[in-house]
Amino acid sequence: MLWAALRFPDLSLQLHLRGGASCGPMVVQEASHRPRVLSCNEAAQKAGIKPGMLVSAAHAVTPQLHIRTRDPAREATALTGIATWVTQFTPTVSLASPNEILIEISGCLRLFGGLRPLSGRLRAGLAELGYRASVVLAPNPTAALLLARDGIDTSIGDRHELRRTLARLRLTRLDQPAQTVAMLAHLGVHTIGDWLSLPRDGLARRFGQGMLDEIDRALGLLPDPRPPFSAPARYSASLELPAPVRETEPLLFAAKRLVLELTGHLAMRQIGVMRLKLELGHAHHAATPVVLGLSAPSRDAGHLVTLLREKLCTVQLPEAVETLTLVAGETRPLGSHNQTLFADGRPSREARWRIIEHLRARLGVEAVHGLETFPDHRPERAFRKTLPGHARDTSSDLHRPLWLLARPAKLRPDESLPGTQRPMRLMEGPERVESGWWDDFDVKRDYFVARDGAGTKVWLFRERPDGQDWFVHGIFA
Amino acid sequence: MPSALHSLLQNPAIWRGNEQARVALPSIPTGFSELDRELPGGGWPRGVISELLAERSGIGELSLLIPALAQLSQQDGWLMLIAPPWIPYAPALAARGIRLSRVIVANTVSDKDTLWAAEQSLRAGNCSAMLAWPAAFNEHGLRRLQFAAEEGGSFGVVFGETSRAALSSPAPLRLRLGMRQDKLSVKILKRRGSGVMPTLWLDTDKPHGAMLQHTAKILNHGGHGGKAGKADLSISMGVA
Repeated sequence: MLWAALRFPDLSLQLHLRGGASCGPMVVQEASHRPRVLSCNEAAQKAGIKPGMLVSAAHAVTPQLHIRTRDPAREATALTGIATWVTQFTPTVSLASPNEILIEISGCLRLFGGLRPLSGRLRAGLAELGYRASVVLAPNPTAALLLARDGIDTSIGDRHELRRTLARLRLTRLDQPAQTVAMLAHLGVHTIGDWLSLPRDGLARRFGQGMLDEIDRALGLLPDPRPPFSAPARYSASLELPAPVRETEPLLFAAKRLVLELTGHLAMRQIGVMRLKLELGHAHHAATPVVLGLSAPSRDAGHLVTLLREKLCTVQLPEAVETLTLVAGETRPLGSHNQTLFADGRPSREARWRIIEHLRARLGVEAVHGLETFPDHRPERAFRKTLPGHARDTSSDLHRPLWLLARPAKLRPDESLPGTQRPMRLMEGPERVESGWWDDFDVKRDYFVARDGAGTKVWLFRERPDGQDWFVHGIFA
Repeated sequence: MPSALHSLLQNPAIWRGNEQARVALPSIPTGFSELDRELPGGGWPRGVISELLAERSGIGELSLLIPALAQLSQQDGWLMLIAPPWIPYAPALAARGIRLSRVIVANTVSDKDTLWAAEQSLRAGNCSAMLAWPAAFNEHGLRRLQFAAEEGGSFGVVFGETSRAALSSPAPLRLRLGMRQDKLSVKILKRRGSGVMPTLWLDTDKPHGAMLQHTAKILNHGGHGGKAGKADLSISMGVA
């Protein structure tokens, strides 16, 4: 077994910062009467603010300070989001509140090419989500947690090394009452090494079995079961921007964080998303929704962000955006890609749909369509618009023009097509079309093929039985 | 002295105006053997933009492309029709051998969108053909399309008005289309490989390659649909 502990030391701050590329000095305060600074970003540190300072003092140092109040519920939501994303690496995930996640990775090491590539991908992925984490690898979850709390970014493989490293760890890191730890400190027992050198039965009598068990679990002497984390069935997450923005690129920057989280969730479930909704929250107006509909399921973050960019470019914002909420709608099963052994240069099935979605995102869903024939004698009803790529392949042997005019253009008998003077010459016809008395579109026409004065072949008709007007309905082009 | 002249002409330093360099450019046969002979690479070039300048819309500019489109529709990629002037009529496309499941029509509201959609389609690399009908475009817009076509290796056609013929253009192939005596005249304004630019007269109703294909299909089916089948057969006899 090999466990990784992901610890987010200043999660309360990071969840406010991750929505923007840079931000002025920001602190998170505790919710109390005389609040103190819990954590602060680099800009605030440069200005001389330190954790533990009174917020009023910090505000005096930098008047343009952004102050946020700590919200444990939002931290828990953020942690769930990260855990959801992590499930794409391994199915064994466990939350250790308030700001730690444990994952078992011995089963997936081979898939990701070993320890170093895997921890590299984890770190890079977390950075892309906008979180800073320390990652500690140890043979059991308790040891991984304790070492992560100590701030050591390390990776421990064998039992003897674990014992040596844990022996240096201070007892204050344990999940034990402060009173017990203080009492031990008075006795001169500061580290786990000191504890281990004392007789076990006496320690159990004085300090209870609980502490003995925790240290035994860390050493791998006792089993260490953890409650499994199960990701929510539907993905929905929101993010607060560090400062209100209207521009597309900063919005996309923040949206990308959420899209990456979503793709982790989709990868774990082996599904792709068909509909996606991004809600842009404002201070005084109702949220502006941005809805993406895809032709084929996808979980490619780059592709989804490209589509969102096109949509965001066209959307009208009533005022600056303060929060983003991403909700995954309909999903479909989507297997992972099998790499071909011999590259055949053909685009994958999913890649074929990208261009369609890209065009639809900007031009509108209705504007991009396919065409198919429909068995009806009336020319206007002999074709149908379809979803792109869903048309049936049919063949036909009717002599029909390549272009059909959306509505037939009326011609005077002596007139020709615009731009020419000489009259029409009828070449073929009539072809009688009589159909549709049963619905509201009754057609009784005689169709002719003609050439106009300049030689363009056109498709004409005259209403039966006694219509005098000629209409151009198509161009053979 | 024909033999002396002949031996003189064998000199490789002499280049004759009616010759053009035969280069192996990736291209798609047009279906018109006269046109194939004049195009460098022997067909519509891939990876570049071709500019088709028609005297009027509807004189046969689409028919000129239909045999190539029918061939391309047998492949996986899309046939993109961006901002077509009228409704591309599905029964006619199907009758000319185009697989409709490959055809995508994109309607736009502005030329900016048309050029954008054209550029994206060319760059995507999974569209086997991109045909765009912008109302107006300039050299800069065309240059962007040319870069995108090079990047995606796509076959792209932009339709324009003949007034553009006098303007410079980054498109490596430019044709001017007109209509004389019910035939489509194709004047090559610009092509790679240079040489004397000829004018061709094509009967777009009878593309050579496409017709043979169609005939073969009918023969295989064993003469379906009575009258239509017979008509096609008689044409094929004429060609043979």
